[in-house]
Amino acid sequence: MLEDINFLLIREIISSVLIIVGVMFMLISTIGLLRFPDFYIRMSAITKGATLGLGFILSGMGIYFNEPDMLLKVMLIIGFTFLTSPVAAHVIGRTAVRNKIPFWQPTNLEEFKEYLRKEHSTHRDHQRDNKHL
Amino acid sequence: MKTFIVHFLIAFLGSYVYFKYGDPLLPYNAVWAVMVSVFIMFLLWLTSPFYHRSYFHKLPRALSFVMFFLKELVVANLRVAYDILTPNYHMKPAVVAIPLSVTTDLEITLLANIITLTPGSLMIDISADRKFLYMHTLYVKDDDLELVKQHVKNGFERRLIQLTR
Repeated sequence: MLEDINFLLIREIISSVLIIVGVMFMLISTIGLLRFPDFYIRMSAITKGATLGLGFILSGMGIYFNEPDMLLKVMLIIGFTFLTSPVAAHVIGRTAVRNKIPFWQPTNLEEFKEYLRKEHSTHRDHQRDNKHL
Repeated sequence: MKTFIVHFLIAFLGSYVYFKYGDPLLPYNAVWAVMVSVFIMFLLWLTSPFYHRSYFHKLPRALSFVMFFLKELVVANLRVAYDILTPNYHMKPAVVAIPLSVTTDLEITLLANIITLTPGSLMIDISADRKFLYMHTLYVKDDDLELVKQHVKNGFERRLIQLTR
């Protein structure tokens, strides 16, 4: 019974489906990068789509090559990408806010004005911030 | 957390060594490798009440948290993909200040990372007194900012607090 199943074929099908799904996510997020209206929305489109797509592609690869070493490396790459890519997105977004990149017109900015008043009214430096902790 | 990392490493190395150097009963493929490591983790989890009582309760919660996060990730990704592929924009972006109930560095970092990984929301800044988290979000239903705050607080933050305390 077990010998009749063509494991290679099953593996190939599963890994191709995973890789195609990942590539589709990357393609869609790249289209989003080109056609979304402002910087922040573009940022959110590109970071998440690319991260999820990378996860799908790498897991498809790990299933296809079917070796313990490969699976270990793939798991490590996925884990570290998921940990580090939001940090990069956060830093880029924060820099954009500091440099006053404008928002899209329909954006609801009521609480953002509050934020500007509170956090940027005086120059923020880290020595003052950490004094009362 | 420490116990989980130790158990995870033991399970991972166990399954790795079993398939690389042992004499496996099962044909090697990714599914069986993951199954064996999950089985080792399950055995270690059963022994945990003797030395780490809270870990015994926390692991199922952690699993449900991971499942919830993956579900949110895929659903939100599909929503953004729908918005990209159809000609009109359905989104209503806003900048929201979320009042925080988490306090330590680790919890705030994890919450910010999780929020940024969910598509359609991007962390912008955290206030100097660590009371508010400023988030740029894409989908606000009928200009109701409270709903977005409640979604984050009840979804991610509550589960995170259950996990870390």
